[in-house]
Amino acid sequence: MNAIKVEKLTKKFNGFIAVDKISFTVRNGELFGLLGPNGAGKTTTINMLATLLKPTSGHAEVAGHDILKDKNGVRKSIGIVFQEPALDNKLTGRENLEFHAMMYGINKENRRKRIKEVLELVELTEKADILVENYSGGMKRRLEIARGLMHMPKILFLDEPTLGLDAQTRRHIWDYIKKLNNKSKVTIILTTHYMEEADYLCNRVAIMDHGKFVALDSPNKLKDVIGGDVVSIEINGSINLLINKIKTLKWIKSIKQHNGILSMTMEKGERRIPELINLAQKIGITVNSVHLRKPSLEDVFLYFTGRTIREEETSRTERNREIIIRRMRRRR
Amino acid sequence: MIDATAVYVLWLREMKRFLRAKSRVIGSLAMPLFFLAFLGLGFNKMIVPEMLKDINYIRFLIPGIVGMGILFTSTFAGLSVLWDKEFGFLKEIMVAPVSRVSIVIGRIAGGATTALIQGLLILFISFIAGFKIKGILSFPLTILFMILISTTFIGLGLILASKMKDIHGFGIIMNFIIFPLFFLSGALYPIENLPKIIRYLSYIDPLTYGVDGLRASLIGISSFPFIMDLIIMIGFSIITVVLGAYFFEKSESA
Repeated sequence: MNAIKVEKLTKKFNGFIAVDKISFTVRNGELFGLLGPNGAGKTTTINMLATLLKPTSGHAEVAGHDILKDKNGVRKSIGIVFQEPALDNKLTGRENLEFHAMMYGINKENRRKRIKEVLELVELTEKADILVENYSGGMKRRLEIARGLMHMPKILFLDEPTLGLDAQTRRHIWDYIKKLNNKSKVTIILTTHYMEEADYLCNRVAIMDHGKFVALDSPNKLKDVIGGDVVSIEINGSINLLINKIKTLKWIKSIKQHNGILSMTMEKGERRIPELINLAQKIGITVNSVHLRKPSLEDVFLYFTGRTIREEETSRTERNREIIIRRMRRRR
Repeated sequence: MIDATAVYVLWLREMKRFLRAKSRVIGSLAMPLFFLAFLGLGFNKMIVPEMLKDINYIRFLIPGIVGMGILFTSTFAGLSVLWDKEFGFLKEIMVAPVSRVSIVIGRIAGGATTALIQGLLILFISFIAGFKIKGILSFPLTILFMILISTTFIGLGLILASKMKDIHGFGIIMNFIIFPLFFLSGALYPIENLPKIIRYLSYIDPLTYGVDGLRASLIGISSFPFIMDLIIMIGFSIITVVLGAYFFEKSESA
């Protein structure tokens, strides 16, 4: 049986299309990833599936319950960890869990048992009785994951579970998520804009951009699309001239140019690099740097959208900064 | 439909937060008490027209100040949805398998309890300062009116909250809604002294009947018959709570 079935799900905000007719299914017990830059529509998708937002059109079933007709059925079957903390800072960790347990109708005896279990799972037992406002970012995340698991949901949504965490905590949380999926067979849907995260954790990944799925498959199969290694070279001189030359080579599978850097895919890249440099020199172009790597999901994203997620990120940050500055001015 | 455990836990959360925020308790008591002390002392020797001669101003003022305290605390309790939204906690509440009605009732129960505690504290401080109530029946009637005022304005707070995106409009609400409601209510002076046109505004202000009912219960004087205050306040509290719940249910939370 499918844990989630989505058909042509769409959400518009004042004419802006955040999610554009996406369809997919998630199998029971699967670890499914939504990968894409900020603003791609990942969170909006999750919020619709979690009954917090009403879709503009389309259908979806979560654990067999229709997200419009049987909201309560959906709510009972899911756990969710939001992108931004959703904890009450003026309560202790334990009180936050108690609040959750009572909202989900867990009786007193089970409540105590479950709270103990989930606190141990995320290693917060000793910090359970201090106010959440004194928690670090990583502790808050762990507490939220514990909370999301407490009522034993069939499906767990994790919206950017490691956003803004340091590398060590991120590793920890990855391990929890894997263990959880293996041990308790809970279906997990996570959104992320970290390539490594999707690659490391997910059975299948949907790459999302501008509200649409541009690709959906297992990370390995997605990387196979690229076909071999990625060689990037940075040059002085006419990039188009070089592209025209390279195009004639049989062993080049694809060429992408962006920001003055030429990325090509080919098999056995390390053996082809000298040839490429020779070719460039023959037509009077100097090669400043060469970079070879095995394909990552970043390349897959570049392949399908012509952009990298990272540059998407920086332009976003700049825009956000502007918004913040504007807001502060208004407040004055 | 109504989930008792959910109502209880929402109420409990409100109580814990209230008891932990000592500065909030003191802060919200300070303004009514300053009004009481300075207006009371300043105007006590003055003779306010339309007021019975044997009642001094402080005695007239105390029920008004109790009403003021409850007005502020309750409207904020309704608006606190916006704070939960700002800090993300609203999503945790909204994604729970609990009817929206239970959530509204839990919030009203929590808000009304804190408002009641504040109203009683103001009254208690007044007792220490020598305020005397009419009789033994004053007490339950006063509490009844405190609850009615409170639910009315929590409902109003919920309506306002559903119309706002974030907490930035808070100052506007304070200056253009809460303060006018307070000044028009006759908390500080008999509304009979207001020019006719403005008096009509007082007649549509729920707090007018709330304060009048408190005054009738506590000191036995009022502008309207007591039963009229009671019926109108019950009406107002039902209308605002139903509307507040309706708008809360309608607003998207993510």
